[in-house]
Amino acid sequence: MVGIVGYGSYLPRYRIRADEIAKQWGMDAEAVKKGLLLQEKTVPAPDEDTITISVEATRNALKRAGVDPRLIGAVYVGSESHPYAVKPSGTTVAEVFGIVPDVHVASFEFACKAGTEAIFVAYGLVKAGLMEYALAIGADTSQGAPADALEYSASAGGTAYIIGKERVAAEILDTFSYTTDTPDFWRREYQFYPRHAGRFTGEPAYFKHIVNAGRELLKKIKLSPKDITYAVFHMPNGKFPMQAGKTLGFTEEQMKPGWIVPLMGNTYSGSSPTGLSATLDIAEPGDTILVVSFGSGAGSDAFFIKVTDAINEIRDKAIKVRDMLEGRRIYIDYGTYAKFRHKIIMAE
Amino acid sequence: MREVAIIGSGMTKFGELWQKSMRDIYVEAALKAIDDAKVDHIDGLYVGCMSSGLFVGQEHVGALMADYLGFGNVPAVRVESACASGGFAFRQAFLDVASGMSDIVLVGGVEKMTDGADVTYALATAADQEYEVYYGVTFPGIYAMIANAHMKEFGTTREQLAMVAAKNHKHGSLNPNAQFPGLVSVETVLKSTMVADPLRLLDCSPVSDGAACVILAPLEIARKYTDVPVRVIASGAASDTLALHQRETLTTLKSVKLAAERAYKMANVRPENIQLAEVHDCFTIAEIVVTEDLGFFPKGKGGEAVEKGLTSLEGRIPVNTSGGLKSKGHPVGATGVAQVIEVYEQLQGRAGKRQVRNARIGLTQNMGGSGASSVVHIFSV
Amino acid sequence: MPSPRYRREMPQRYRMEAGKCKRCGKVFFPPRLICNNCKSREFESIILSDEGKVVSFTVTRVAPQPFLMLQPYVNAIVELKDGVRLTTQVVDCLPDEVTIGKPVKIVFRKIQEEGESGIICYGYKCVPV
Repeated sequence: MVGIVGYGSYLPRYRIRADEIAKQWGMDAEAVKKGLLLQEKTVPAPDEDTITISVEATRNALKRAGVDPRLIGAVYVGSESHPYAVKPSGTTVAEVFGIVPDVHVASFEFACKAGTEAIFVAYGLVKAGLMEYALAIGADTSQGAPADALEYSASAGGTAYIIGKERVAAEILDTFSYTTDTPDFWRREYQFYPRHAGRFTGEPAYFKHIVNAGRELLKKIKLSPKDITYAVFHMPNGKFPMQAGKTLGFTEEQMKPGWIVPLMGNTYSGSSPTGLSATLDIAEPGDTILVVSFGSGAGSDAFFIKVTDAINEIRDKAIKVRDMLEGRRIYIDYGTYAKFRHKIIMAE
Repeated sequence: MREVAIIGSGMTKFGELWQKSMRDIYVEAALKAIDDAKVDHIDGLYVGCMSSGLFVGQEHVGALMADYLGFGNVPAVRVESACASGGFAFRQAFLDVASGMSDIVLVGGVEKMTDGADVTYALATAADQEYEVYYGVTFPGIYAMIANAHMKEFGTTREQLAMVAAKNHKHGSLNPNAQFPGLVSVETVLKSTMVADPLRLLDCSPVSDGAACVILAPLEIARKYTDVPVRVIASGAASDTLALHQRETLTTLKSVKLAAERAYKMANVRPENIQLAEVHDCFTIAEIVVTEDLGFFPKGKGGEAVEKGLTSLEGRIPVNTSGGLKSKGHPVGATGVAQVIEVYEQLQGRAGKRQVRNARIGLTQNMGGSGASSVVHIFSV
Repeated sequence: MPSPRYRREMPQRYRMEAGKCKRCGKVFFPPRLICNNCKSREFESIILSDEGKVVSFTVTRVAPQPFLMLQPYVNAIVELKDGVRLTTQVVDCLPDEVTIGKPVKIVFRKIQEEGESGIICYGYKCVPV
């Protein structure tokens, strides 16, 4: 049995409401909120980045896993906002927890699915018997261009998974990855903001890859949506995942626990990983979960997961996603948001 | 050890001295001291300077000043102990003469802070780089933390801090060398820009250029040079942790207490015997804490003492009749020696409108950083 | 912050590694070569507690250049449960929410950057519990 031995998430405390962003650009806040099914999003403080988020998420994952960090054989961070263009985020995470020096570290990048990529590879290495435990993190402090639709959703946060064979709380039973060369959303080197191809990001990109990956995995495991307890999809906004899920045949109830985007925003590489974390927070032994991520460019990683008895022992050992989403928050105005997100040109 | 006396003094005005370089101001002050003492040679030279390297890119200033002063071949060295550089330079000069090694020794402090260097960065080198400065705390911030702890523990008030500034400006208005001789009211202090809660702009000493020099000689030959030799009857010094958080307590400056105890012991006097003191008021709270740790007032009563006027010119123990660092200015390395000059002139009866009546014993206290080093000297006529 | 100096401080900044005197038990953060209490030169490595309380604080309103984006921020001296004190920042709250005695916990944050092209330096800060 190979699977999740520990999991942990971290969301910054700062928030900005969709209303506040709409006001800045003279947009109709109610129309935006209805169209995107988004209320507010997380904002990283100026002293937070993908590395600090990865560290705090890992801390929570280690609390649940209860393993000696020195037994972790690999640290993978998937993000589209790694603090360095050249220098992996994982080395700092490994150093913080004393996992160094006998460890393999790599950074993953594939738009919003870099997190599930890390999980995919970590799972493979543990399954192959090359190491006892592997740490996979999906975290981001994504940038949304001002006055663009993505400014309402691009948020910050991350989740860490410790994959192993001992005391598995959620077994990874099967995977399927579906990838094509589809330029729906991208960022060129030295550009500050990403760009996207408008409505092309919908059907030919997001829906095509998620639905196909989901369908193929369901075929592979010979199950239909009604046989599965929960489903988690990548959440660029509130509408898309619900639509994708329904297309595959899932109900709103099945998707609700993992559908955290209305309060969190789109944490990019942290999106479906954090949706899965929120689902594990409430899942019971025996429950099954289908997770399908999506990364522009484009591809989807699908996972079929089964929760074991061990979930009851670990769930309460660290803070839950809902408690971070609905707990103490600090709302900021657009000016503070612009300052925090480095959108203000400072003097040398 | 033989007895040592001050035989001459000289200082520049403190302020933004745009037209003068560091060498210019040191030499200007030194020449005034040489003329005052009427010496025709010196046996050694000390320069108290915190950071000529960071401020003007120049180290090796002992030799530099000896050369520029025209005494090119005397032994010369720079002494550094952050903001106590001047006081420690004076101590080294004192020991040089007291030991019998040298007879006529010139000691001067200097700092040239306005030549475009990053002053905050340079001053921060007096604090713990890796465990204080790394986390973004500034010097006003460090003293503000002392203030908050002192206010919480002893009930010292925001108004009492402002009274220190107002008093020192009142004294400074009578000092022709002061950088800011204007009067400042308590209300003005309380309305000035907040720098690091609770300290405001007018709680903080300024950035200044300046130099101050004195000449020391053994007492036995001092009368050749001056009618009123002022004797250095004690030198006490002490160290403490650099980082404020590693101190035993935030509300007592142990280095000041120990330096003072050592000085009082050497001079065989008690705090009550001191008739005036020049203390290191880099921030208003510093003066309050220092006057307690020098033994002038019980612990926690320093604020009350200022409020009652005990440390004013007409008070029981006038503190900072020169205007202190606050009004006179604080060219870091020069301060320790400028403090000595004030006491020297007071004991000689030359302090003009600032004169403390019948002053016979005076004390100077100079300290570095947030109190990691302190040096206390006691003088008498 | 030059790389050699930064790398050396990682055990303290990342993992809160301190040195405990084997003879008298005094804890040093950062670790030292000689105990200033009993003069012993033998230490064992320990990890500090991540919980503490504010001993004193200030609000830094005139920040040095590397900290401009955070201005105004709270600097505080925090005493951890094992008695060790450190100077740090208290974040994720409004400055006027901080009081002497407030319970806090240690978190991992970005401390400063060497401009746009230099290294990014991390370390410990505190948040209210």
